[in-house]
Amino acid sequence: MKKITVLHYINQFFAQIGGEEQADHPVEFFEGEVKGPGLAFMQLFGDEAEIVGTIVCGDSYFNERHDETLDAIIEFVDRIHPDLVIAGPAFNAGRYGVACGAVAAGVQERLGIPALTGMYVENPGVDLYKDKVLIVSTKNSAAGMRAAVKLMAPLALKLGRGDAIGASCEEGYISQGVRVNFFEKQRGSKRAVDMLLAKLSGKPFTTEYPMPDFDRVDPQPAVKDVSKATIALVTSGGIVPKGNPDFIESSSASHFGEYDITGVDELTSEGYETAHGGYDPTYANQDADRVLPVDVLRQMEREGVIGKLHNKFYTTVGNGTAVASAKAFGAEIGKRLVGDGVDAVILTST
Amino acid sequence: MVKEIERTGLPVVHICTVTPISLTVGANRIVPAIAIPHPLGDPAASHEEEERLRRSIVEKALKALSTEVDGQVVFTG
Repeated sequence: MKKITVLHYINQFFAQIGGEEQADHPVEFFEGEVKGPGLAFMQLFGDEAEIVGTIVCGDSYFNERHDETLDAIIEFVDRIHPDLVIAGPAFNAGRYGVACGAVAAGVQERLGIPALTGMYVENPGVDLYKDKVLIVSTKNSAAGMRAAVKLMAPLALKLGRGDAIGASCEEGYISQGVRVNFFEKQRGSKRAVDMLLAKLSGKPFTTEYPMPDFDRVDPQPAVKDVSKATIALVTSGGIVPKGNPDFIESSSASHFGEYDITGVDELTSEGYETAHGGYDPTYANQDADRVLPVDVLRQMEREGVIGKLHNKFYTTVGNGTAVASAKAFGAEIGKRLVGDGVDAVILTST
Repeated sequence: MVKEIERTGLPVVHICTVTPISLTVGANRIVPAIAIPHPLGDPAASHEEEERLRRSIVEKALKALSTEVDGQVVFTG
C-alpha cells in the first residue's frame, strides 16, 4: 500500500532556528526533511505515512505578512501535493496558533488537501479556525508534546486515508459546532433522568445541548470632544518601570501593574522596559513609546488636541495569560479608570 | 481586557498588529499597528519619522474613539 504523504508546518522555535530573536525568520521550505515534532509523528506513523517535507516560518514573520506568506506556503504545498498537511501543534503560543490555523485552513480550502493542527483551547487560533479545520485539543505548553502527537497522529492517518472522523469527544479535537445524526444507545428519557439524578446528587454530567457562548460587549458611545477628554493608556505589551518592580511575569501573568506617569514626557530606555517574554524585547527596551505612546500623547496634551493624558497607566503581559485572569484585570482596571474620571482608553497589544 | 474595560462604561480603542485576533476576541474599535514587537514604532526609520508614524496611529485611535459605532470596526483610513 502506498504511504500517506504528509507536509509539516512548524515555527522557528520547533525548527530549532531560535527563539523570539528569530521570530522574524522568513518562511523556508525543506523538501524531504523531517524536523522537530515531525520526528515524533514519524515514529507513530510507522509504515503508514511519512513526512515528505517541512515548512518553517517565524511567528512574527507569518502574522505580519499573513496573506503573502500563506500564498507562498499554498504554492509550495500545491507543488508537492501531499495527501495531508499537519501544522504544529502550537499549544498556547498565540502567533504560532494563528499561523497553524491559517495554514491548515488555507490548504484545505484552496487545495482540497485535508489538514490538521493542535492547540490549547485558549489559543486565539482556536476561535479563529475551529469551524474551518480540525484542531486537536492539547496542553498549554510543549511539555504536552507527547500527548498531543499521540492524539494527532491517529487522526492524521484517518484523514489521510479518507476514513470517517468521529465526534470531537471521541477523537480529541475541539468541537466545530457541527451536529451529526446518530443512534444513541439509550433513549432520551432515560438519558435525561440519569442526568437529572447526577445533577441532584452533585455528580458530574455532560449536557447534550450546550448553550452557545456569545461574549460580546456593546460599544460605548463615542467621546464627544477629544480636546476635553482624559485619555488613559493600558497595554498587554508588558511595559514596566525599569527593573519590573512588581514582578509581572514574562508569561502567564498573575497580576497587572499601575504606574504613575505624572511629569513623564516620554518613556526612555533608562526608565522603562518590557517584562513580556513572548516577543523580541529589543525594540521596546530601546524605546517603550513604541508600545505605549506616552511621548505622542504628551505632545497632544500640550497642543490641546486631547484634554489630558491620565496620570497612571496600566500594564500586564498578554503571553499565555489565562482568559479568566485577563478578564479580572480588565474589570478592575476599568473600575479604577471610571473612578478616576477617565473618558476613554487606548489599549495597545503586541 | 478590552471588553472588560468597555463593560465598565468606557470606550476603548484597541491598537494591535494581528487584527483578526482582536476581531475574534470582540474589540469594537480597532486600529491596526505596525509590527508585533513594535506596534507604534519602526526601528528602521529615523527618530522624527518614527514619531510621525506613531502620532498618525494615535490620531487614528482618537478618531476611532470619537466615532460612533454599532459593532466592530477596523479603522484603517
